[in-house]
Amino acid sequence: MKQLVELHTNDSLEVTLEPVSRMDLIKYSGASGDFNPIHTVDEEAKKAGLPGIIAHGMWTMGNLSKLFTPYYEEGFIQDYQIRFSGMVFLQDVITLKAEVENISDTFSDFKVKAVNQHGKEVIKGKIRFSKY
Amino acid sequence: MYKDMIGKQSEKVKNVVERGMVKRFVESIGDSHPIYVDEEVGKHSRYGANITPPTFPRIFDYGVVEGLHLPKKGLIHGEQNYHFERPLLVGEEVYCYTGVKDYYEKKGKNGLMGFLVTSRYGEDKNGNLIFTEESIVIINEAVREAMKV
Repeated sequence: MKQLVELHTNDSLEVTLEPVSRMDLIKYSGASGDFNPIHTVDEEAKKAGLPGIIAHGMWTMGNLSKLFTPYYEEGFIQDYQIRFSGMVFLQDVITLKAEVENISDTFSDFKVKAVNQHGKEVIKGKIRFSKY
Repeated sequence: MYKDMIGKQSEKVKNVVERGMVKRFVESIGDSHPIYVDEEVGKHSRYGANITPPTFPRIFDYGVVEGLHLPKKGLIHGEQNYHFERPLLVGEEVYCYTGVKDYYEKKGKNGLMGFLVTSRYGEDKNGNLIFTEESIVIINEAVREAMKV
């Protein structure tokens, strides 16, 4: 595996997840303490005017940062900014992407996003990876 | 009704970065890397301990801002920003509090949308900042009206 510091501008990291399952969201509810039922109970999602249950935005944001997990000996995520722009439904296939935008001696800036199987961005933002 | 809350803060609450909670959290986002869960790997890392992923502060208790009432349903999470001075370490104590940073309204396609900006902070036991978090939630007109009843 390449070190993160070896990446150049416009290089990217990418991972595609397994289709989103109800169990994924039940587990995240338990682990995060966010038991809002629109993420786990069909009737509650319908009552809220949704076609079905949706993933927690923070579940998707939590997944996205794992692109950087293998690089913690080189540095750490100093800033992580996300705008939630679309909903994630059951069976959606989410692809996580990070693209190098800017590199300095002390940090690397990445454009990050998660897109669904239709190519729609569901979350989008920036990560500043501070280097040791 | 949220305008009056700007600047108000909660009392600090002591939290502990519990190993079991970290393990369950990273499993739930498919990120069970040894740097988070394997004690030996943590010990021999540059951190000298296991660390947490950046969205872990989601689970901390930040206390209550007196007088701030949020609807249980109908909130939309708009934005979420984290800033870290360093990664959180498994086992450490973190003193957390929250405050209302801003509130404004904008005309949207579903009427007048309310934007509530809250900040959250995590400090070590000497009062040094470890992380800050800023979150924007959107509260639509129908939900705000329902709360006045």
